[in-house]
Amino acid sequence: MGKTLAEKILSLKSHSKAEAGDVVIADVDWAFVQDTTGPLTIRQFKESGFKVLAKPQQAVIFLDHAAPSPAQQLSNDHILLRRFAEETSCRIYEVGDGICHQLVAENFANPGDIIVGADSHTVTAGALGAFATGMGSSDVAVALALGKTWFRVPESFLIELNGVFPRGVYAKDLILYLIGQIGADGANYKALEFGGEALARMTMSQRLTIANMAVEAGAKVGLFPADKITQEFLMEYGRGDNYKPLYPDAEANYEQVIPVNLDQLEPMLSLPHAVDNVRPVTRVKGVKIQQAFIGTCTNGRLEDLAVAAEILKGKKRHPGTRLQVAPASRQVFIRAIEKGYIQSLIEAGAAILPPGCAACLGLHQGVLGDGEVCLSTANRNFKGRMGNPEAMVYLASPATAAASAIRGEITDPREFT
Amino acid sequence: MPDLVLKGKAIKLGDNISTDDIIPGRFAHLRSNLPELAKHVLEDVVPGFASKVKLGDFLVAGKNLGLGSSREHAPVVIKMSGVGAILAKSAARIFFRNAINQGLLVLLCDTDKIGDGDELEINFTGGMIANLTSGITLSCSKMPPIMSAILKEGGLIPYIQKHKDFKL
Repeated sequence: MGKTLAEKILSLKSHSKAEAGDVVIADVDWAFVQDTTGPLTIRQFKESGFKVLAKPQQAVIFLDHAAPSPAQQLSNDHILLRRFAEETSCRIYEVGDGICHQLVAENFANPGDIIVGADSHTVTAGALGAFATGMGSSDVAVALALGKTWFRVPESFLIELNGVFPRGVYAKDLILYLIGQIGADGANYKALEFGGEALARMTMSQRLTIANMAVEAGAKVGLFPADKITQEFLMEYGRGDNYKPLYPDAEANYEQVIPVNLDQLEPMLSLPHAVDNVRPVTRVKGVKIQQAFIGTCTNGRLEDLAVAAEILKGKKRHPGTRLQVAPASRQVFIRAIEKGYIQSLIEAGAAILPPGCAACLGLHQGVLGDGEVCLSTANRNFKGRMGNPEAMVYLASPATAAASAIRGEITDPREFT
Repeated sequence: MPDLVLKGKAIKLGDNISTDDIIPGRFAHLRSNLPELAKHVLEDVVPGFASKVKLGDFLVAGKNLGLGSSREHAPVVIKMSGVGAILAKSAARIFFRNAINQGLLVLLCDTDKIGDGDELEINFTGGMIANLTSGITLSCSKMPPIMSAILKEGGLIPYIQKHKDFKL
């Protein structure tokens, strides 16, 4: 009997023969928290009576969600997190360094690793072949202390990707389309595993966008095999030695196989207030937007900013539409400056925000007003998500966001690409 | 450990209640002040929810309860509001695990058979729910033994304090 990627990694890390449906205890390679889940994690850690971390150099605190802090209570939470980092010698990333998931991809995740983060989008690192999943504060507190956790080994869906993205269609459109097909709970407790001949052309940036949103179909992980593209990414970020090829067995058992022909995709949107409320952009064109937001762990990478800058270069945002851009990390920001993308975006009327989560979760840096509509490149559009239950959030690719910012209404990016 | 038999009244919610519905991100500044945070539980879905709940009431939801963010504050504030147990057709993975880690019982069953305000009696050990209002009895799905064990100790932290490690 062959193994899926999920079964392979969990077998290796639990030192057992893990099959879908089993419950295993597995070693955790990386455990992390961010600034809105970290304080509870620390309190649970201390209440348990723990004093030291199992692997201090593989434990990370990220100050990204409320960074820079918009409120004294959150500033005090940051103090608590910084003190804990000092006490335990764990790693800490400061305000302006970037979003946890982007920094995990740039600095830590390796094929075959197990990563648990107190943030649901921890699944992002599945792009590198890491079994990476979001958990609550208590689970991460225990993982930090023991260096392990328990998992139910998930059944896997194989998403078989073939063909080439047409002009104006991107990884975001693919994952929105898939979530529309699977449904917001269609992969609950399951692993999404991506395969097919299209992977050979799929950049790490695209894979990160796709893996990031696996959780929006309910999945525990969104796993890519580790291949040549993974190796090149790891080499670029100075850890080529950590590369090992990782593929599912040919005779692995999948609960479902979902083929997707990229050639037939078109630009997609999620409509308020559900991520699986997906329609082609052509059917939603013309909806007025007051804010366009380009960034987040889904679409704040260099490739995303390049696409947006190319569309916006030499043009202006619509006077009725604010445009906000937040690079996913400091490194993304620096490279986007070097390549001139930031200049194009600023000249087009964008407000550039510091690397971090920015407006995504409704804390600061772009909270919506009553009745306002935002077109966001983020991963969630739940009611109230961007700080106001009376506002509407649509999700789309950076290209669609950029095109829509120019017109002031939801616009097919193919009119600009 | 929840009592073996729980009795209370159903507060009915719909499908896809997200963790942003349960406790919106705009209240993140209150996450280190749980009593204050708990005042806002579910307020965008049921205005005034926190003051309406009676101790021991059951939260009865449709499918995919708790989708979204990993914020464990969601089950924390539900528990603080006085809710005795959660029933749902299905629950999102992280929310389900977080609730059990907080010692808050979540049972999966056909909640279409429960109306708002129905009197329910939950027999946790037997995995049965009696709807005293309609007279219907519902069975609920079993959770993995490790989750039952965590629940039995009142949550993950008391479980770890006692056992020092995970025991399968």
